[in-house]
Formats: sequence, structure tokens, C-alpha cells
Amino acid sequence: MRVKSNKSLYIGKIIKYFVCIFLAILSIFPFWIMLTNATRSTYEIQQNSISLIPSTYLLDNIRVLLGKSFNPLKGFINSMIISTGATLCTVYFSSLTAYALVAYDWRLRQPFFTFILAVMMIPAQVTSIGFYQFMYRVHMTNNFLPLILPAIASPATVFFMRQYLLATLSIDIVNSARIDGAREFYIFNKIILPIMKPAVATQAIFSFVGSWNNLFMPLILLTDNDKYTMPIMVSLLRGDIYKTEFGSVYLGLSLTVLPLFVIYFMLSKYIIAGVALGGVKE
Amino acid sequence: MRRKGLSYAKYGYIFCIPFVLAFLIFSLYPIIYTAVIGFTDLKGLGRTDFKILENPFQNFITIIKNASFQQSLKNTIIIWVVNFIPQILIALLLTAWFTNHRNKIKGQGAFKVLFYMPNIITAATIAILFYSLFGYPKGPVNDLFMMLGITDEPIYFLIQKSTARGIVSFIQFWMWYGYTMIVLISGVLGMNPELFEASEIDGATSAQTFFFITLPNLRTILLYTLITSLIGGLNMFDIPRLFLLGGPDNATLTTSVFIYNQAFSGSYMYNRAAAASMIMFVIIAILSGMIFYIMRDKDAAQLKKFQKKQQKALRAAEKAGRRADG
Repeated sequence: MRVKSNKSLYIGKIIKYFVCIFLAILSIFPFWIMLTNATRSTYEIQQNSISLIPSTYLLDNIRVLLGKSFNPLKGFINSMIISTGATLCTVYFSSLTAYALVAYDWRLRQPFFTFILAVMMIPAQVTSIGFYQFMYRVHMTNNFLPLILPAIASPATVFFMRQYLLATLSIDIVNSARIDGAREFYIFNKIILPIMKPAVATQAIFSFVGSWNNLFMPLILLTDNDKYTMPIMVSLLRGDIYKTEFGSVYLGLSLTVLPLFVIYFMLSKYIIAGVALGGVKE
Repeated sequence: MRRKGLSYAKYGYIFCIPFVLAFLIFSLYPIIYTAVIGFTDLKGLGRTDFKILENPFQNFITIIKNASFQQSLKNTIIIWVVNFIPQILIALLLTAWFTNHRNKIKGQGAFKVLFYMPNIITAATIAILFYSLFGYPKGPVNDLFMMLGITDEPIYFLIQKSTARGIVSFIQFWMWYGYTMIVLISGVLGMNPELFEASEIDGATSAQTFFFITLPNLRTILLYTLITSLIGGLNMFDIPRLFLLGGPDNATLTTSVFIYNQAFSGSYMYNRAAAASMIMFVIIAILSGMIFYIMRDKDAAQLKKFQKKQQKALRAAEKAGRRADG
């Protein structure tokens, strides 16, 4: 009896590892193919499109890729400006709003929090027509500001920051700073923000990645080639001009993924912890 | 003391001003503007002037009767369901395995990192990567299938409706099951450990513990995951837009792609796109209302209910008293 149960335990264990390893391969395989094919010639890819080892055509692919409309450096810089701006707006103003919700006792506090919960789920997509018309009328299309400033109001981030502050903020610190004559705004910037650093870091990562990956809004607002973000650049690879240049397409895709890979593998511990904490998000 | 507390209250309002202003300008105004456009004749590139239609609901009627819109709504729901069922099942299975104390899986951290990885990569990139992977007649997936002997002939995945839709569902599944798993695991870790200890002492098997302790306690988080995933699914844009541009034969046309096509690719029918947006907005608002109901402060809600009940009882008692007096 004992032996049998051990055996079934053993089989169960094998199944578990088999499934986990299969899923892990499923995560890696597409990206692996992408990276190796980025170094292979179109002819090699047509002969056999799977290769686990890289080839020697990387420079040729780079030349073909950059010879057409794809400009990864420009996309990278534009995306960097937008994502950095949006991230700064999100974390700073969400912290400020969360602090107002936790530290002060004002009459509309509870209704305001209820309101934030209520609007948390409104996706930008369903309001895009009005947003586009509004921006068109004030001549703000092909401008980065309409992609940065809306980040000031990020209800989900406020919610997360509030939960964090509720758990960590002791009002005594605030009171003693007041006795020392510190002004409220000074207290927030010099005392509260440092306390919130862990929450700010987590939310900054998610806000940055979310903004970096956003396709819908930039696609609507930015029509000038010089203003294209990384995801719009990527969408050019789907066009006819790269139809037969397989190696270059894989290379272009790789270039957009590499910065994310670097961020992810450097910060994966914090990112996973952040997802677990912010389970009540997005 | 009380007066001092009051004098600080104004900072509560002041610190919320940026959020409120940004919300009014960039969210509320566009919502109202979209709603208004839905009732007008606004179409054509570069136009901003409009007038309300004779029959204000004309656009809404046109959209609801539009075969492409109906198709896109159907596609969106099919793609979401086909992605969500395996997603939640795999996530639950992995949660059960990863939170099992008795035989731990080694390398959990690495597995979590790899399972979550696709979620962080640009969806636009993933859409085009999969377009390349499923190439015909030569493409990595076809080559792999023939190597493994799954098929003898290359399959033209991208031209068949069912496979095209299936691949979009698969991409969604592949991008999101890791996220769902991490959320569920954190839900299990947040439960009272005494529950698990007690069930272990009572001699429950791992499966019994999972089905009778873990699963019922995960109910709220499961419901939350379901609704947020549904809202996300209703907004699916990047993948269906770039993977097959809505094709073949509108099989991967989702509502977001439909709205985008109406307004921004060729036809510039802002009014119809706005009407379709508002229809989606109402659906999403109803779903959000459900989340809001789940997440509301339960204690506060209960307290309110209790107070109401007491007041009612009080009034009833008064009434009874008066009647007795009379």
C-alpha cells in the first residue's frame, strides 16, 4: 500500500514538472526563434525556419531594416519621452491624491474614494472618439502631451497607493513635522514620498511598461513619422515593404523586445511581487 | 484639538485638485463628447462642426443593425471565452501545485518569472511575431509540426476562420495565464494559515484541501479576475488589429478594431464609431458596477445596513407605540 502511494506520488511529481517545463518552453520558444532568425538570411529562413543557433547575417539584416521606414532609435526616444513623462505624472500625483485620502479628514473624503473606485475600470478605448476630436480641435494631435498628462489621473494607482499608505503611515510623524513648523506640501515631498518609495517603485515599473506598450492612443493621435512610438514602429513591420525580408522583420521585433527583456530580468523579483500585491488592479 | 484637525482639512481638497482636473479634462469631457458625437452627423476627415441628427438615435440603430458590428461583438466574446476557460483552469492547477506545502515544486521562482514574461512584452510585437511564426507554406510552427509528425502537409492557419480565431485566443491565453496564476497564488497566501493546518490535522488529502478549503475562499478573487479579464477582453485591440487586421473574412474583428476602422481607417465615420463606443461603454459600466460591488468596503456596507435596520426597527416601534396610545 505504502509503496503504491509512493509510486503514484512519484508519477504525480513527474506530471507536474512536465507541465511546468512545457509551459516554460512555450514562453521561451517564440522569442528564441525570433532572436536566432534575426541573425539569419531570408534564404536560410525559407529553407528551414527553425534554428536554435544563430547565423551570421545580423549586419545584412540591420542594413535592410534601417534602409526602409523602420527607425528604432527614433521610436525608442519618443517612447522613452512619453513613458518617462507619464510615469512621473502617475506616481507623483497618485501619491499626492492617496496622501490626501489617508492623512486628512475632509468631508468629501469617503465619497471621493468611492468615486475613484467607480471610475477605475473605464478604459481609454471607449472614450477615444471624443478624446481625438477634442485634441484635434485644440491642435494637440502629433503632440506628446495628450499621451502624458492624462496619467495624472490614474485611479488604479491611487487605489494601490492608498492601501500602502493605510498600512505604513503613522500620523505622529506628520504631527511632529508640523510642530517643527513644516508646511503640508513640504511634509509630503520630504517625508511622505520617501516613506512610499517601495510602492512608488512598483507602480513606476507597471506604469512605464504600460505606457511603453500602449498602441491604441498613440496610433490615433500621432500621424507624423517623426513622432511614432515603438509599438507604431513595430506595426510598420507588418506592411508590404518588409514582406519578403523575414530576417529583418525578426530583427525589428527583437529590437523592440530587448529593452523590455533587460528591464524584466533585472527587476523580475519586484515585478512578480508587485503583481501579487496589486492583484486588485487592471 | 478638533479645531486644529478641521484647519488641515482644506489640504485634503487641495492635494486632490490635480487628479480631479486631469480627470475632468481627459476622461469626463471626452466621455461626454463621445456620447454627444454619437447623436450627430460628424463624419469626414478634419471636420469638427456637427449638428444633431433629426432622429438622434439613428447612429445607434445603424450600428446595432450593422452585420460587421454584430460579428465583431460575437468574435470578441468567442475569443475571450476560448482564452479564459483554459486560462483560469491552468492558473488554478498551477496555484494548487505551487501552494501545496507537502510536496513543493523546485524552481518555483524561475517558473513564475517565465510564465509571467509574455505579459510584459509589447502586444504589438507579439501579434506580428505570431504572424511570422504561423507563416505558410514555410514557417516555424509548420516546420515544427511537420518535424514532430503532427501534420504531413503545411497548414494555412491564417486563412481559416477557426484557426485564426483560435490563435488569437491562444495568444491572449499565453499572455495572461501567468498573471492570473500570480494573482490567485497571492490570494491563497493571504488566507488564514490555520485553515490549512486544521484540514491537514483532519487528514484531508491535497485535492480535498484544494476543493473544499482553497477554492471556496478564492471565490471573490476568482470573480474579480473573471470580470477584469472580461473588461480587458472587450477592449482587445493590439493583437487582433496587427495579427490579421481583423481577417480572414472578419473572423478576428473585435469591437475595438471595428470602432477604430469606422473612425480612423478610411471612412472617418466618427459619429458611428462614437455610437458603437457608447454601446461598449454601457456594457463595461455594468461590469464595472459589479466589480465595484464586490470590492466595496464590506464592513462599512454592513454597518450601514445594520444602522438602517435599527432605524427601521425604531420607527416601527414608534409607530406601534403611537398606535397603542391611540
